[in-house]
Amino acid sequence: MAKLRGRGYASVNYPTGMNLGGDPSQALIHATTTGTFVVSLSSVDLGQGLKTVVAQCAAETLGLPVENILVDTADTDTGPHCMGTFASRGTHRVGNAVIMAAAEAREVMLAVAAEELEVDAGDLETDGTGFVQVTGAREKRIHITDLALAAHFTHGRTISGRGIFLKEKNDPVPETGEMDPDSCQAHACTVAVVEVDDETGVVEVLRMHNAYEIGRALNPAMVAQQVEGGAWMGMSHALFEATEPYYPARDHGPTDFNEYLMPGAADIPEYHNAILERPAGNGPFGAKGIGEMTANAPIPAIANAIFDACGVRLDTMPFTPERVLRGLDELRADRSPTKE
Amino acid sequence: MASQVVNLRVNERSREFLAAPGTSLLSSLRDTLGLTAAKRGCAQGGCGTCTVLLDGRAVMSCLVAVQTVDGASVRTLEGVARDGALDEVQSAFLEGFATQCGFCTPGMIMAAEALLDRNPDPTRDEVVEAISGNVCRCTGYGPIVDAILDAAARRAKA
Amino acid sequence: MSYKTNPIDRTYFPDEPAQDFTVIGSVVRRSDALGHVTGRTAFFEDISPPDLLHLKTHRSARHHARILDVDLTAALAVPGVVRVLTHADIPNNVFTPLKLIGVEPDDEPVLAEGKVRYLGEPICAVVAETEAAAREAAARVRVEYEDLPAVFDVEEALAEGAPIVNEYHGNNYFTYEGHHCRRIRFGDVEAAFAAADHVFQWRYQSAPIEHAPTETTGCIVVPQPDGRLRIHSDTQACFFTLDNTALILGTPFNKLRIVGGTVGGGFGGKVDIAVEPVACVAATLTGQPVKYVYSRYEEMQVSSPRAAERIYIKDAVMADGRVTGRRVTLYVDAGAYSRHSPYGTTKAAAHLPGPYSIPNVWADCHCVFTNRTPSSAMRGFGVTIADFALESQMDRIARALGMDPLRLRLLNAYRDGDLKAHRKVAEGTALVEVIQKAARMVGHELPEEYLRMSSMDRRER
Repeated sequence: MAKLRGRGYASVNYPTGMNLGGDPSQALIHATTTGTFVVSLSSVDLGQGLKTVVAQCAAETLGLPVENILVDTADTDTGPHCMGTFASRGTHRVGNAVIMAAAEAREVMLAVAAEELEVDAGDLETDGTGFVQVTGAREKRIHITDLALAAHFTHGRTISGRGIFLKEKNDPVPETGEMDPDSCQAHACTVAVVEVDDETGVVEVLRMHNAYEIGRALNPAMVAQQVEGGAWMGMSHALFEATEPYYPARDHGPTDFNEYLMPGAADIPEYHNAILERPAGNGPFGAKGIGEMTANAPIPAIANAIFDACGVRLDTMPFTPERVLRGLDELRADRSPTKE
Repeated sequence: MASQVVNLRVNERSREFLAAPGTSLLSSLRDTLGLTAAKRGCAQGGCGTCTVLLDGRAVMSCLVAVQTVDGASVRTLEGVARDGALDEVQSAFLEGFATQCGFCTPGMIMAAEALLDRNPDPTRDEVVEAISGNVCRCTGYGPIVDAILDAAARRAKA
Repeated sequence: MSYKTNPIDRTYFPDEPAQDFTVIGSVVRRSDALGHVTGRTAFFEDISPPDLLHLKTHRSARHHARILDVDLTAALAVPGVVRVLTHADIPNNVFTPLKLIGVEPDDEPVLAEGKVRYLGEPICAVVAETEAAAREAAARVRVEYEDLPAVFDVEEALAEGAPIVNEYHGNNYFTYEGHHCRRIRFGDVEAAFAAADHVFQWRYQSAPIEHAPTETTGCIVVPQPDGRLRIHSDTQACFFTLDNTALILGTPFNKLRIVGGTVGGGFGGKVDIAVEPVACVAATLTGQPVKYVYSRYEEMQVSSPRAAERIYIKDAVMADGRVTGRRVTLYVDAGAYSRHSPYGTTKAAAHLPGPYSIPNVWADCHCVFTNRTPSSAMRGFGVTIADFALESQMDRIARALGMDPLRLRLLNAYRDGDLKAHRKVAEGTALVEVIQKAARMVGHELPEEYLRMSSMDRRER
């Protein structure tokens, strides 16, 4: 009886967006007289961090600190339309809409600043701390709060902007499947190292190495959250999860967290991750959507590692101890360890 | 069976309220007292999102019949910050990116508070054990364990 | 505190213009984290409007059955019960969520009408003053069934003579513009098999998987002074839920308002129209706020899971490792109703044959109806299970040929300018580079010519 170690590989791509019905999202942005910009959306944050990342997109475009941005979402009375959070579309669609809205608002902001400073708007820049200044001339500048007040009380201007991103409707050609459903593709390669206990059939994932290409890491810490949380979910799918463990039989369906098995904090492997950036031309600052894909490569990487460890090819998910042991029994029965 | 008056000391404040038989501590906190930090993830003791401190011990408040703990002292996440400042566990979770959707966070933090109150210098394994009843579906747990260890280190320095 | 970031390796795409960002690319603290660590983040269930009523559902105890009788007497006798809703109370009871983008037909009742098609299908909804009363009354509803034959296996469902799961479709498959499946036809896959040095065919299978968000699906509907309904929801798609709900209620769209945006985990499980319509009907009929939240059992067994998939892959492979043809037969187990599965099946088709340039591809992707809980979207919709199959397949081919599994992948990797099977020209590809990087991370040695490969360099195949 032994613990057998193996390494498995998987490389994948994943589409950002999945449009078959026309896929738009809108954003509105306006400055209050405090110099704070309110981004109005109806988009949903599931925990992936959309509220944070769109604030970053607005701040970068306006040239203001992220503290000057408030994201107001998701109320259908006040937020413009968004298709929803799915298909890895949130960062891409909403990010692009927010950039467009913020760019329009920035133009007004600079026009008002030009009047206040009595210069040409083309000669102005933002310094990232809250000031609009004459390019290269720090002494000639105005703070966004003063600008917002002046726009409202002196110039009668609204510092505001409208943004929309639309991926047009595309219907597949029924005969061939020709279609244009997505906007860009992200990529990943995962290497999993596992240990298989040939007595109990238990698979332990020791290490996962993940290389991702994600366009642009808009917030590197939140990218890390997705990569690690997704790797855990992939491992969980691979080894544990099923609402119908003896599918297609409907019996023995788990009804709670005591029966629906998932790895806990004691079961997590060592992660080694790396990010490559190949910005997408149509992505917000080049970003692609990666939240969904992070659970994908770990599953086959683990399947392939199990084979590498003990010669059992698991073609049915999840890779439970029962399936590993049945596979080992079959191998022992015909003594052909590399049977395919 | 009749409803009964229950006295609890919640976050250092005396609270007196009427509870029907079988009412859970979680329901009393959320629905009667308006303290909604503790979450209802399953109402059957399986997920830990409702974890609070009951006389200093971490309990799943959905499993505690409130009439049976009359007179007890309860601490919820609302009572963790001191003088308006985050405590070490909260700061460590905040700065360590240990939250995603945030629904497990209140229970995780309370489980950590209970651990650090009785064991200020836990090992990684002890942290893992302390949150073993708490489900997180987003983070993969690593950042949460790291944050609790970091909180212990912060508390030791304080 | 050190948050985690992953090292960004800029050696792979050095020609990408360096950009001078101030906020983008920085570790900005999450704007929602303070609320999370203080418990102040407001999730939909954190409001308690006065006079709140609770809604619980009586669900089918059968996989497939005619409903002969529904007896509400015992349920209505439970103290605190306000009313019990059946299909007759739902203005437009039969719907399908993707009708918003033109998907037909309506195929799913909000509350069962005449028959049930899966175990756990909602039959009637009890509205009561307390959650306990609603739960007890829901349990006391008596339904008399006449069992019908059920089918659970996707291939059995497609076989001749199988019981029809969903009469709205007439067949046990979703019809794509007259076809029984979503097809990909690219090149000549049979010619590729004939010319191949090796032909490999294997089968893959998954089981349904639950999203298991810590916060279950739910909503609280609050009637407003102006006669509108304010819906506090954890939907992943506010307007999508609003539009579908209005269609089911037969009410002008602007009579509804969704307030949401903060969700305790979704993973695709909260894009179905599961709770809002019936809660809105209850709030309208009672004039009181109504809360309808799934129990953990409902979330586990009744809410849509990730579909089980069965995938057959047959590959034409040359002795040097080039995959010259790939034939994929995919069965997506949609369960009893369409929900988002027709779309997910198309997404799966667009993903084939995986991130490889294979000149001949044939795929039949079936969206199949069976008598089980309807499946729907989940993280990696249409792709996750396909990747399990595709990447297991690549590993098996490499082993059968005695080849390094990474070299096999690099040899076949798609690159900029390649035409994919769905006739889209690849751009911005980076599969080659992530494989090279992963190899480096684990000390997997690759020959120089494989290290020199580039996604930007499209060689002749």
